[in-house]
Amino acid sequence: MEKQNNQEYLTAVQAAFGADVLAHEEAFGMLNIEMTPSRIHDAIQWLQQHQDLSVNYLTNIAGVHYPEAVGREFAVVYQLHSWKNNLRLRIKGYLPKENLHITTITDLFAGANWMERETYDFFGIIFDGHPDLRRILNMDDMDYFPMRKEYVLEDATREDKDDRFFGRNNNEL
Amino acid sequence: MSQEIKDILQAADPANVATINFGPTHPSTHGIFQNILKVDGEKIISSEQTVGYIHRAFEKLAERRPYNQITPITDRLNYCSSPINNIGWEMTVEKLIGVDIPKRVQYMRVIIMELARIADHLICNSVIGVDAGALTSFFYPFSEREKIYELYEEMSGARLTTNMGRIGGFERDFTPVFHQKLQSFLKTFPKAFEEFDSMLARNRIFMDRTKGAGPISAERALSYSFSGPNLRAAGVDYDVRVMSPYSSYEDFDFIIPVGVNGDTYDRFMVRQEEIRQSLRIIEQAYKNLPEGDYKADLPDFYLPPKADVYNNMEALIYHFKIVMGETELPVGEVYHAVEGGNGELGYYLISDGGRTPYRLQFRRPCFIYYQAYPEMIKGLPISDAVLTLSSINVIAGELDA
Repeated sequence: MEKQNNQEYLTAVQAAFGADVLAHEEAFGMLNIEMTPSRIHDAIQWLQQHQDLSVNYLTNIAGVHYPEAVGREFAVVYQLHSWKNNLRLRIKGYLPKENLHITTITDLFAGANWMERETYDFFGIIFDGHPDLRRILNMDDMDYFPMRKEYVLEDATREDKDDRFFGRNNNEL
Repeated sequence: MSQEIKDILQAADPANVATINFGPTHPSTHGIFQNILKVDGEKIISSEQTVGYIHRAFEKLAERRPYNQITPITDRLNYCSSPINNIGWEMTVEKLIGVDIPKRVQYMRVIIMELARIADHLICNSVIGVDAGALTSFFYPFSEREKIYELYEEMSGARLTTNMGRIGGFERDFTPVFHQKLQSFLKTFPKAFEEFDSMLARNRIFMDRTKGAGPISAERALSYSFSGPNLRAAGVDYDVRVMSPYSSYEDFDFIIPVGVNGDTYDRFMVRQEEIRQSLRIIEQAYKNLPEGDYKADLPDFYLPPKADVYNNMEALIYHFKIVMGETELPVGEVYHAVEGGNGELGYYLISDGGRTPYRLQFRRPCFIYYQAYPEMIKGLPISDAVLTLSSINVIAGELDA
């Protein structure tokens, strides 16, 4: 059978999930699909079980914080890999900061357990149905989520490292 | 789970169950991580890991550092093979900015990365020997690893945290001393390595100790997103160098060794064979090392020589711009993976065009496969748990980031 490419993946996902595919792009050769967060679990399950698409490997899960994007402040990024077609793809779901819930995929990939715990630890995204959602790298009694952008790392008084002088204006968070 | 293990677990009498700490500072954890074991006599009924003792917030740090200053952070992930981490990161940035890397640089990188893989596997395998009670086989390969460290030193000035290479190539070309040392390494290493191999590979005591210790099936390993030697020991031939070749790996002839049972012995044997294959790759790359420059033409990222900075206005401007982080970067998201000592080491980089990454995530193979550890040691004696821990090669730096 011939190897499937990005376009065929996109068409297949769009055909199966229709309006839940919110956006898509190809970045550096890798397919990005933005989906309704509540449907991501089903989409990954469908991709995993699909005969031809056969997405069999979960590469990683990443959280991202976009404080300026109102209503879609947090992103959960799933990077998946189909070995059959040697194709990597990214599925993203954007969550509003008031409702940071998304369904766990630990039932599909055992390895998602710690990846989701790490994302919770750093960003406070809650994976519903996760068997043991606790902090993993930070202390249990930490009361904030350190990777969020409002926690500026260090040397806030150092002028030579001020982002405003280097073309980025997100210092007033 | 075999019937025997099931019987052990069922027979466990709550009155006999003891809770003990394995770590955080235990000689055989080879790093700081804790395991709370529930044991019935010698048999492990369940275990729970605590990680994060040396968490240094690399991902947060990276959001505050210009791209060239992130390379030293990557040193401290898997510090047994820092050059692979360094070069993996450099290639990620190169992918983002879209630059053609000269063939010579690619081959040089392959040589350095495979040397790093040899050093990494040598340590891991000799440590398996230590945990099985064989100290000689631990000291023996150290003189060989020392030679690799001398090669690093020749290329970067450092031995452990190498900060090897630059975005766009290397800081310097292979020096005459490097050539001489590499040639002598290629000549002497195979014999020394086979001697090391003969101490353990067919050693009856070692085999009895390691066979069946900490096995995992291919199916479970895949579900846990295993990669690298641990996955291959379970019989799955996934290797990033072959699946998505980078840095001209497609030019070289080498095989991917796989195991059958996914136990400690198979992991040991897979690493041993990978060392031989790495050596083959180095020989091919060194023999066919192309002529050319040791760096790409990339003035926006590659620091000019200091002498030029003092004498040449253009070089001074570039120097200033690089040091102050004023270089313009494309906006975008890129994922780049390399085959690290422990498996697929990935960099997920989101750039918003600013001088630092907007978000940088490290896909750290250790962190991902270490979660399978309780499943692997269930029903085994504590001594097997120790062996399993060293054979999956959990490196605390990479685990905790």
